[in-house]
Amino acid sequence: MRTTQFFALAAAGVLATAGLAACSDSDKGDSAASGGPIVVKASDTACEVGSTDLGAGTATFKITNSGAKVTEFYVYADGDRVMGEVENIAPGLSRELHVELPAGTYQTACKPGMSGKGIRGALKVSGSAQPLTADAALGDATDNYQRYVKSQTAALLDKTEEFVAAVKAGDVAKSKALYPVARTYWERIEPVAEIFGDLDPKIDGREEVIEEGMEFTGFHRIEKDLWQSGDISKDGPIADRLLVDVKEIVAKANAEKLSPLQLANGAKELLDEVASGKITGEEDRYSHTDLWDFAANLEGSKAAVSALRPALQQRSPELVTQLDTEFANVEGLLGKHRDGDGWKLHTALSKAELKDLSDGINALAEPISKVAAAVAK
Amino acid sequence: MSGSRLTRRRAITLAGAGVAGVAGVAAGAGALLKGSHDPAAANDHPAGAVPFHGEHQAGIVTPAQDRLHFVAFDVITKDRARLVELLEEWTAAAARMTAGRDAGVLGAVGGMPEAPPDDTGEALGLPPSQLTLTIGFGPTLFRDADGRDRFGLADRRPAALAELPKFPGDALQPQLSGGDLCVQACANDPQVAVHAIRNLARLGMGVVSVRWSQLGFGRTSSTSREQATARNLFGFKDGTANLKAEDTDLLRDQLWVQPGDGPDWMAGGSYLVTRKIRMLVETWDRTSLAEQEEIVGRTKGSGAPLGRSDEFDEPDFAARGADGKPVIAEHAHVTLAHPSRNGGAQLLRRGYNFVDGSDGLGRLDAGLFFIAYQRDPRRQFVPIQTQLARHDVMNEYLRHVSSGVFACPPGVRDGGDHWGRGLFG
Repeated sequence: MRTTQFFALAAAGVLATAGLAACSDSDKGDSAASGGPIVVKASDTACEVGSTDLGAGTATFKITNSGAKVTEFYVYADGDRVMGEVENIAPGLSRELHVELPAGTYQTACKPGMSGKGIRGALKVSGSAQPLTADAALGDATDNYQRYVKSQTAALLDKTEEFVAAVKAGDVAKSKALYPVARTYWERIEPVAEIFGDLDPKIDGREEVIEEGMEFTGFHRIEKDLWQSGDISKDGPIADRLLVDVKEIVAKANAEKLSPLQLANGAKELLDEVASGKITGEEDRYSHTDLWDFAANLEGSKAAVSALRPALQQRSPELVTQLDTEFANVEGLLGKHRDGDGWKLHTALSKAELKDLSDGINALAEPISKVAAAVAK
Repeated sequence: MSGSRLTRRRAITLAGAGVAGVAGVAAGAGALLKGSHDPAAANDHPAGAVPFHGEHQAGIVTPAQDRLHFVAFDVITKDRARLVELLEEWTAAAARMTAGRDAGVLGAVGGMPEAPPDDTGEALGLPPSQLTLTIGFGPTLFRDADGRDRFGLADRRPAALAELPKFPGDALQPQLSGGDLCVQACANDPQVAVHAIRNLARLGMGVVSVRWSQLGFGRTSSTSREQATARNLFGFKDGTANLKAEDTDLLRDQLWVQPGDGPDWMAGGSYLVTRKIRMLVETWDRTSLAEQEEIVGRTKGSGAPLGRSDEFDEPDFAARGADGKPVIAEHAHVTLAHPSRNGGAQLLRRGYNFVDGSDGLGRLDAGLFFIAYQRDPRRQFVPIQTQLARHDVMNEYLRHVSSGVFACPPGVRDGGDHWGRGLFG
């Protein structure tokens, strides 16, 4: 039978610096366990760990050596990778170990006489470390992204106003030109928009997602009329409704503070949007302006990752390198399809070109899917 | 037994026996594959594990499992080191999955809640199901279509790994053909086979891209004397005259690449040819029994060559009927494919039936996913298929829509070895 439990490997470069051995009277209790350090009773023949089922985060162990031999205390991940250690605990002394442990399975070990494999015990860590914003770099990430949302929503409002005015004026050519531009600002911040579940389908719902009894409105309704019938004479009320909804979402988005985890997941969701809707040409099926949305999703994803970058750099530098490489790759692939200030139509791309884009998005989305865990560590 | 009155139920029972047969010889296959490994991992029930390490890759002479998921990849990275790293990761994942474990170290449910699991999870709780994973390298890995030596491997390409010639009647779809790499996953549970390919494809994101893939069921060949011969979708036993795991001398001559055949890295390996052969079953089903048997050259019930009584009797090409005509037609499938007509060439076939839904014209999109392993396609598959493509009356009911040729290296020796080490080393 398949086993569902394995020793936790340090997935992406876990940071596990043991707090330096501190003297017994020092008080650094920010243990993930219920208050106070986890007491470890070490002797020449035993290694009793007070709690072996911890919440993720920084754990503090207080090791007291009642034996006659000098001992050491270790926390090991799979393959005896040292997550943290305290050496040289003389008989009768207590020392503390601070170690950051993500969810997983570990082993504790006391080494009386400071040699051999030691006296081992299992240690289980589950859940996630909280609260993340306590970390300065993550706090900065949240603030940084909030500034991005502010700038994008301002532009979204401006361009939607222009688009709506053109539609109401019956100017088909101008409306067509503004449609992908206004949507760019929307698509960049879609993860924020999606927090407001009721507004998203009104603004950006495609015809097939409109439920029974709901009217097909928003960008895609106007898109259909612009490109399919060319008749937007009756779209005034729909355009007015769109502007009201966009104004509401702009206000809400600016009041919203995304957590670092939401940022990380948003970066991934934007790429999922590309993979499932834009590559296939489903999003802008009448106008075929999917590549504008594609570019905007990619930019939005990059903005979220950039905001997290300093925190990621601390936590998982190799992931940052990988993300840089893959962002550059997709940007290069997409860059081939530039057309003036905008993009080629989806219909102008061959199947092979679309597959190249799909491969590029997949190559980027896999490392991006690891960002949340790196942030949560 | 003479199968002139083979009932449907009996046929089903036989097919069942085929599966049971897998169990019966599993231990023997283990012995064949294990090289110097101890047979502790050998299996005594169909749910067992096939040893991953050994002299040859598993999945070639392993008693043919019931299900297939075959995939061909294009390599999309230009970075040789990244490709080698993927082959190492794949090998570790393949060793785990064939033993019935998760693809990744943390597993489907053992990681952090914020992280996507390193295994996709659909095989949780399922036994190993005799999963084998077999890798092959295509000609385009060595030089691409423009003749570029992509990874500094061009001088290591074996002469035997030549692109197949165009055969008369080929209707190949480029997007369904070729590939820089392939992985054949065979198992007795389709979910286990699909799980394996899905997880390898995921590990490969950014390095390789799935070019095409194929699901198959109901193995159409037996690769061991312990297995009953299965039937293809024409309803005929297929692979009666197949190379069998027990034919040690024949395997040396016909299946395994020998030292001195070509580059050292292929010694102990084998060359794989795949052909997706669409069968026009609706028109075949309207063909009289006599004509079907004449086209194949065997009786439909027992699988015996025409004029003989037992499936494993040798066909008698000299026999004449009362009308003075050959009992087995000159252009019968059996005649054209027979070693006596092809300089003694034989193949180890390992094909599977497929039904990919229907084709929108009211016809099943069905046929045979042909898989054959051999020592040198230039002397084995190519001459045989040339004969068949020119003269086989069966072609009226067949369309070859996909084709691939791959060099499958020798087995992964142990935990320190990995797929492609000999080639890239």
